[in-house]
Amino acid sequence: MSQKNKIRILIAKPGLDGHDRGAKYVARALRDAGYEVIYTGIRQTPEAIVTIALQEDVQFVGLSLLSGAHNELFPRVVKLLREADAGDIVVFGGGIIPDYDIPGLKEAGVQAVFPPGTPISAVVEFIESCSVAGVSS
Amino acid sequence: MDTAGLAQGVLAGQVRSIARAISLVESGRAERDQLLDELRRRDDPPGEEQSIGAAVIGITGPPGAGKSTLISRLIMSVRETGEKVAVLAVDPSSPFTGGALLGDRIRMDLHGTDPGVFIRSMASRGGTGGISAAALETVQVLVSAGYGTIIVESVGVGQSEVGILTLADIVLVALTPGSGDEIQALKAGVMEIGDLYVVNKADYPQAEAMVASLNAALEETLRGGLAPLVLRTVATEGTGVAELYRAIGERLDQLHRTGELERRRQQRVIDALREMATDLFSRWISERLSADGDAVSRGIPFAAMRQELEQFLEQFTWRNHNGQRND
Repeated sequence: MSQKNKIRILIAKPGLDGHDRGAKYVARALRDAGYEVIYTGIRQTPEAIVTIALQEDVQFVGLSLLSGAHNELFPRVVKLLREADAGDIVVFGGGIIPDYDIPGLKEAGVQAVFPPGTPISAVVEFIESCSVAGVSS
Repeated sequence: MDTAGLAQGVLAGQVRSIARAISLVESGRAERDQLLDELRRRDDPPGEEQSIGAAVIGITGPPGAGKSTLISRLIMSVRETGEKVAVLAVDPSSPFTGGALLGDRIRMDLHGTDPGVFIRSMASRGGTGGISAAALETVQVLVSAGYGTIIVESVGVGQSEVGILTLADIVLVALTPGSGDEIQALKAGVMEIGDLYVVNKADYPQAEAMVASLNAALEETLRGGLAPLVLRTVATEGTGVAELYRAIGERLDQLHRTGELERRRQQRVIDALREMATDLFSRWISERLSADGDAVSRGIPFAAMRQELEQFLEQFTWRNHNGQRND
């Protein structure tokens, strides 16, 4: 059994969008890559997502949204995490995110955005690169 | 790692400290025992308690029986009393990749931001008995953090859920009618572990047959000197949950009066010690075997090795928190 802290990832669906095929796909793929993945289910408030992230002691929160409200909801999750003294938790996003929104999201603290068509290996590489940088200590 | 500071945070009920303490316990690192000792030392001294203290309720049963939904309802019942409640939901890790997908809290999301509710998902990480080896210590962390009720949910597959016995004050077995459970229930080890049996989805047509066959199967069975009870719920609608919650409280009182509760809790400490020692020994031998493969392949006299190990173990003594010998 491993002596180091296992990487735990929360996959969350903020807002009113009820389509979670993509979120579930990513959750399963990350499980198969050897991570412990917690899935919230659909229609979560940013407040609930942050509460779950803290209780589950995850190092990553992956947000999935297809409704177009990402510019509102993704930065709000980042902000609430920082307010809860948990700014060390890495937030990334996916779903239907237009290219022109990505710079703004990154500026707001969303560390990576994975649009449709991203191979899952890119997500795994991102997680590993953050972990090597000492995020999951 | 500052285990004293972490222990302070846990005792103050701070969510992030509690969550990190659980991660530390799960990691198996040596500091976890420092943390747990810190917590045990500051808990109320044993022996003088008149009250029951924190109640640890174990819930097991086959996948799809409605365990998570039932727990969500029980959380409401506990919260109506004003008490804080914690849930530990254990799911299996993949034996191949070590990964896990933990989704039990989806059914508990009515309690999203209620500060009186703490829910933690845990992967079994190779632990046997359907329960992670760390679950036992996590319960200790949650008790120290001031949760009056702690509900532990474990995957129920076949006979392996006996693991939940070692950490719960009271065990609920959730079953559902019409899924072949009648026959399963009779043959599997689950018939010996429940203090309470809950036939969930009791609005299904075969529910009464299920209740009848359970009652028949449990005839003359005693758990902690008491006959197990069979109850009916429809967790999705909340039907029967108030009765179930009352039955849990009454059974805990009975177990407390007969001394059975205290016995189970002492057993829990013994099991935790055994778990730690077994884990340590098995890791030690695995590491030595893989590191010293050459020496081993040249041939080891078993009798001599046994004698050497026995001599080493004979030097062991029990010590108390002040470092004095306990024997």
